[in-house]
Amino acid sequence: MKRSSWTEYQKEIADNDYYYARSCIRQNFFPGSEKAFLNIIGKDLGLNIFDDPIHTSCTGIGYHTDIVPLETIMTVVARQFALMGEAGYENFISSCITSFGVYTEILATWEEFPEMEEKTRESLYKATGRQLCKPKNLAHTSDIIFHHREQIARQAKHRLVNAYTGEPLKVVEHIGCHYAKLFPKSGIGGSEFPYVLAGMVESWGGEIIDYPERRHCCGFGFRNYLVQANRGYSIANSHRKLESMAPYKPDFIVSNCPGCAMFLDKWQYTIAEMEGKVYGQNGRGIPVLTYEEMAGLVLGYDPWELGMQMHQVDVEPLLDKIGVEYDPAAKYLGRDGKYIGRPEAAVVNSCSQNAFLNIKK
Amino acid sequence: MIDFGYTISKPRIIDIDRNNMQPSYDLLKEMPELQTCIGCGACTAVCTAGGLTKFNFRKVHTLVRRGEYAGAYEELNKCMMCGKCRLVCPRGINTRAVVMLIKRKLGEL
Repeated sequence: MKRSSWTEYQKEIADNDYYYARSCIRQNFFPGSEKAFLNIIGKDLGLNIFDDPIHTSCTGIGYHTDIVPLETIMTVVARQFALMGEAGYENFISSCITSFGVYTEILATWEEFPEMEEKTRESLYKATGRQLCKPKNLAHTSDIIFHHREQIARQAKHRLVNAYTGEPLKVVEHIGCHYAKLFPKSGIGGSEFPYVLAGMVESWGGEIIDYPERRHCCGFGFRNYLVQANRGYSIANSHRKLESMAPYKPDFIVSNCPGCAMFLDKWQYTIAEMEGKVYGQNGRGIPVLTYEEMAGLVLGYDPWELGMQMHQVDVEPLLDKIGVEYDPAAKYLGRDGKYIGRPEAAVVNSCSQNAFLNIKK
Repeated sequence: MIDFGYTISKPRIIDIDRNNMQPSYDLLKEMPELQTCIGCGACTAVCTAGGLTKFNFRKVHTLVRRGEYAGAYEELNKCMMCGKCRLVCPRGINTRAVVMLIKRKLGEL
């Protein structure tokens, strides 16, 4: 198989007029990313996107932990689609990989079993009085950024290049399992040759690391993580990936899944506490970014506006490498300059800026 | 250390590239007929010790051949030397002798 095999897996992505479905967990893990996406699409690219305040969680986490039955999640999803139709849109985009997997799975199920679609239409009408309106185009929000990556590159204020050496930054990309492993044709590059993030990185000047465990799951897996006794299995997956990528000395990790980005970031702290091992350079962790944060940095957004102070692994060494200007003293200042508190120092998140803050304090 | 209520699960991969294969190769030198084993499991099916404990001769032999020696010596202590395994082996391997040979080799480690 060739490195260009990803080109066999292409999908149609709408150019404009998006109905945006948020994630229910990303606001906690990476709180600035969804807002950044809206700004990038709406302001920087000048496209039309609708952030609907009345849509709900897709209930995917409940579905994958066997709490929410299939008929229920289908009706919830049908309501999301109905809301899209009522708002006058037909291009549905989802911020969450789990949701994207759920929407893809349900649309495929309705295709194979029309009687289930009919039943869902009936349930939706009985419960809400709404009419199902299936989307003309379904995409994940990383697909949208990928689709417009060249325009972002043209507007770039920074490139993914080491400002000290001029070398491309070495990037590990991690694709959420539910993006393309369920339905390979639903993702750019399929499940074997994921290109959705690699395409962004290459367009913006970085270099992708093709390490042995590139396609391995981060270990979230819902029920693997939700039960505390199973978390040893969950963390072992991230551990395996980190062990595999470390020799290639990545500058940062980028992911398009809420759970993956969170786990690859937070597990580094847990592994450091348990085994005293860190995977980044200079005895620190490897910064983990969402693709919106990466795009935001390229477009010149303020890192604290992107919510990057909420990461477990400090991002300052990476910002310095890219040449992003930032105010270290503003790191833990939220809106209106109010102090939001700061995490306890740990080996993965004690960069030089923290010493600066300590002195100031 | 912080007690998280769980630990990192250890990988269960047999990595032949990293394992010390020399004792395994030495076994084969002394009993080349081991290469004819087809892993049918007849030895384990009739095993007296296996009927009373979790002893699994096929598993122990396979692991040792792949350079996984941890716990193998102690496991082979469960063998009662009854020899039923030798009677049923379709390849005619002297399995009792294999048990003794593996114990001797591992005892030297």
